[in-house]
Amino acid sequence: MTPERAAAPARWPRKDFTRIPLSVHVDPEVFENEQLTIFRGKTWNYLGLEAEIPNPGDFVTNYVGTTPVVLSRGKDGRMHAFVNRCAHRGAQVVREKRGNAATHTCIYHQWSYDHQGNLMGVPYRRGINGNGGYPADFKPEEHALQGLRIESYRGVVFGTFSPDTPPLVQYMGPQVVQRFDTLLSRPIRVTGYQRQIVRGNWKLYVENLKDCYHGALLHAFNSKFGMFRTSQRGSTALENNGLHCVLTTYGKKDEKMGSTYTNISTYKPAFQLEAPEVVEYFPEHEDGMVSTVLSLFPTFVLAEIANHLGFRQVIPKSVDEFELVWINFDYADDRPEHRHTRRLQGNLLGPGGYLSMEDAEALEIAHAAIKSDHGNGLAYIEMGGRGFEGQDHLVTEVPIRTFWRGYCDLMGIQVEDNTNAAR
Amino acid sequence: MRLDDPVLLQRVVSLNHQYAECLDDNRLADWPELFTDDCRYYVHPRENVLCGLEGYWLYFESKGMLRDRVVSLREVNIYQVRYERRLIGNVRIAGQDGETWIAKANYMLTHTDNEGRSTLFSVGEYRDRIRECDGHLRFCERAVIPDTFLVKSHLSMPI
Repeated sequence: MTPERAAAPARWPRKDFTRIPLSVHVDPEVFENEQLTIFRGKTWNYLGLEAEIPNPGDFVTNYVGTTPVVLSRGKDGRMHAFVNRCAHRGAQVVREKRGNAATHTCIYHQWSYDHQGNLMGVPYRRGINGNGGYPADFKPEEHALQGLRIESYRGVVFGTFSPDTPPLVQYMGPQVVQRFDTLLSRPIRVTGYQRQIVRGNWKLYVENLKDCYHGALLHAFNSKFGMFRTSQRGSTALENNGLHCVLTTYGKKDEKMGSTYTNISTYKPAFQLEAPEVVEYFPEHEDGMVSTVLSLFPTFVLAEIANHLGFRQVIPKSVDEFELVWINFDYADDRPEHRHTRRLQGNLLGPGGYLSMEDAEALEIAHAAIKSDHGNGLAYIEMGGRGFEGQDHLVTEVPIRTFWRGYCDLMGIQVEDNTNAAR
Repeated sequence: MRLDDPVLLQRVVSLNHQYAECLDDNRLADWPELFTDDCRYYVHPRENVLCGLEGYWLYFESKGMLRDRVVSLREVNIYQVRYERRLIGNVRIAGQDGETWIAKANYMLTHTDNEGRSTLFSVGEYRDRIRECDGHLRFCERAVIPDTFLVKSHLSMPI
């Protein structure tokens, strides 16, 4: 039997991040370092929505990286988050995905916790008939579930394990904050969840979210119906050392569509819809904004595609697998016809969406091929040049390069400076 | 026809078999023809059903939308190459609403990849409204309720 070979050692040859070692997607050691440095480090991670836990005792479970966590609302209405792992012997305490509970009790030995994760009581603390029991110096307050700092903005709740993470709004940056303000100015209503499990590294999807280049090529439905086309007026805005990215497209008509796309195999000029209402949208923004894909490092997304509204969360499961959760919403005060338009546009997004179904397939064949060669080789990222500045167009891979620059800074990765060497 | 008429049950079973057969045989264009013109077809994962949320994976409210799905899958979208097999059972007629029969069935859908590996893709329930239409039974509504609310990779062909 051939012993399993470790991934090729990563070599980052260029400070312009036009070359990315593919091993970063398949090396188990990198994955473990990410858990400590990114997910347990100075980042804000999506936990849930205030709208999901409106009442005292309400809770939802989630993951920060691979760590199971609970977001709950206490009797006083305040929200709390804690690691879902019993302080006694490590069992999962909360076993439902969501719900309402007066207390959280581990089924194994019935250690019982309040909404904040504080230990309320343990069985047989004083023993039974003089036998057993905990030592006199047992202090319940020393056995709370591990807590997370939490902050919420516009009803979206984030948590961090690090005391040194900057305040949430500062971490987000003004352009991310501005888009939260635009899209979450009205009370929201969660309409449902969609989940898909993808055999690929979580960063492949994060790259995909920042990749303006693939939108009209891989997703051929786009180029026909103009939900997103590379030649559209658009912008890429970057925050937090380029780790966050806001992609925006504007306008509806594009005169140049035919000439831009006729040489691309996925362009299908003959295809007409019998029921075009699935792609017809109503304007919601005075500046003509048609779509936003906001990716907040590490794994949170806020997206508006035409009139379809949703959050997404990428949950890394292992170096080779991630879960993608789509949390769709509409506005609580939506008119019924607008609500129906958003419902129909639900056919565009999610695991089976006309605009999105190809992503999983593309990432799975990328991951499989990278893994088969143990991560040898480099990705080539030079669309739109070699710079790092945000752009007023979409024919660019700048957000991918800035993502990797920010990633290396955070992970403490040494990058070689061969930028001016022979290409 | 009476609710407990064995002929009716046999016709509903047969409609389900036609449904499975056209999709398993990759005769995708035949799939919309098992529905009425004003049909609804939607996929409503168990998680959202339990939460009381509409949250559909797909939501089509006319035969035209089903035909659009077929054309898009054939001509536009890119997805995994594979074979599918549907096992439909526990077919029962649950009630009657005017000219419409209310029926249910359970399903299992397996995928077999191009290296021959078979996996369970989805298991769940169909909740149907069925009508007589030019001498044939047709779905005026098929709600697919997958217990498997985590999609393996992506969802392309109808469940």
